[in-house]
Amino acid sequence: MLRRLLLARLLDLAVVLASVSVIVFAMIRLIPGDAVAIMLGANTEVTPDKIAALRAQIGLDQPISVQYLGWISKVLHGDLGTSLWTGKPVLDEIVLHLWPTLQLTVLALVVGAGLAVPAGCVMARLRGGVADAAMRVATVAGLTIPSFWLGIVMILLLAMLAPSLQLLGYVPFWQDPLGCLSRLALPAFALGLPILANLSRLVRSAMLDALGQDYIRTARAKGVPERGIVYRHALRNALIPFVTSVGIMTGYLLGGAIVVEQVFAIPGLGRLILGAIAERNYPLLQATILLVTMGFVVVNFVVDLLYLAIDPRVRA
Amino acid sequence: MTAGRRLLWFALALVVAQVLVTVFAGVIAPYDPVGQDILARMKGPSAAHWLGTDQFGRDVLSRIIHGSRTSLLVSAAAVLAALVAGGTLGLVAAFYRGWTDRLVMRAMDVLFAFPVMLLAIGVVAVLGPRTETAAIAIAVVYTPIFARLLRGPALVVCESDYVTGARAAGAGDGRIIFLHVLPNLASVVLVQTSLLLSAAILVEASLSFLGLGTQPPTPSLGLMLADGRNFLMLAPWPAVFAGLAILLLAFGLNLLGDALRDTLDPRLRGQP
Repeated sequence: MLRRLLLARLLDLAVVLASVSVIVFAMIRLIPGDAVAIMLGANTEVTPDKIAALRAQIGLDQPISVQYLGWISKVLHGDLGTSLWTGKPVLDEIVLHLWPTLQLTVLALVVGAGLAVPAGCVMARLRGGVADAAMRVATVAGLTIPSFWLGIVMILLLAMLAPSLQLLGYVPFWQDPLGCLSRLALPAFALGLPILANLSRLVRSAMLDALGQDYIRTARAKGVPERGIVYRHALRNALIPFVTSVGIMTGYLLGGAIVVEQVFAIPGLGRLILGAIAERNYPLLQATILLVTMGFVVVNFVVDLLYLAIDPRVRA
Repeated sequence: MTAGRRLLWFALALVVAQVLVTVFAGVIAPYDPVGQDILARMKGPSAAHWLGTDQFGRDVLSRIIHGSRTSLLVSAAAVLAALVAGGTLGLVAAFYRGWTDRLVMRAMDVLFAFPVMLLAIGVVAVLGPRTETAAIAIAVVYTPIFARLLRGPALVVCESDYVTGARAAGAGDGRIIFLHVLPNLASVVLVQTSLLLSAAILVEASLSFLGLGTQPPTPSLGLMLADGRNFLMLAPWPAVFAGLAILLLAFGLNLLGDALRDTLDPRLRGQP
């Protein structure tokens, strides 16, 4: 039974990944007008020779099915093409810019999801009209504060309070762990706040739900201490929807990181993507979107499997 | 009046006030949003300019009022388009089931597989950065959300006796879908539209902040924030107040959706 389920999920994954690749492949072909002329127009003089050369380089002079098959077989062999202007392999540029973004994303997830569990447990204890309303206003505010604005305001405040603090930019973790974390702390908080707001509410309602179940009453009746009831029985069940949400949040984080990176001058994927758009480096943009999306899909797939592991009911 | 009900009225008042301000932007804004006054550059809040002026001496309050209008218009158009497209797809999938359902929902899954901002950026990259393309991008991103959202409850409604009854009475498919199934999903639609409008405000602001949405000199909240960032230490007010305006728009709509969900569907009470 479980094997069949896993097989079905794997098949789903393959179909989604293949479809994503088709959409991303189609991107350049969907650009209105002559994409090649547009690309060239950004940096150099447009001549028929150059157009023909670039067209051949991208493979636009072949039938569309041949183009796709050629492209995807290269992608599957790890060749994502070369950057239009630097001539370097696209993959190298992406990997270079991926690390800062990945660190920021993971840190924001740790901040948001990590604080959400205790926050949700505390919120589950506060009940009643006014407390409910106050919590709702606070969480909605946390959810809707624009992360880039929060970042700017934090920079402004800290620049006034502690002008000597180095807040912007990025240093690799292995060069200066403390400097890296201190620079990433503010962007991670700005990025993670909506997650904290969202997930703490989720934990709260799941906790309230779990605490009302029969098995909690049974645990109480057999004399389990209150702490054991909250943490071992209620929280464990309350975390099931939490795990699913964390997968979805990853998508928000990857997108949000692009914006927050701009505020804090972090040389991550955001800079790469915006640079690629500005110089109309479509192959680079295409490869970046493909890789990040595939990463996101795989993360969600893993979360799905986790869900199977922690909730036996889904397997039935 | 319960605290929850009071919250609903508060949210509604906040949203209506903001909508009114943007509708009558031309009358309410004290200055021309693109009019420059070079002598009054980067001045702090004063009696003449309540929220100060920017690096070209443009009145920040007037730019925020007009920028909010751009934000609301883009978000509303995008969410409406997504609702029509996604909603129809979701309803059709639920009504016909079988292959239609599988095909439609699989297509939606694929769109859903992209991180929201990344897909939006991709759409803008293809179509070119403009106010309209930002709206199209947001509509594309939200279409699968509406499709998924409506399909679930629509499946239940399609099984109900009154749909069978309508079919027995000879009603056509379109009539059943839009006159019998859809009205039963009104509360879901209302709540989600409000919540997604709030999210759309933030996506639109992010896109213009990145330079991928509304282009200067058209007033836009995201652009004001991006511009203001360059003069943050000299004149923080354009950036700070523009961000606050984005927050207020998104906050009001999100709170409204939240309070509506509470009021319309007691079963969901307290859920995030």
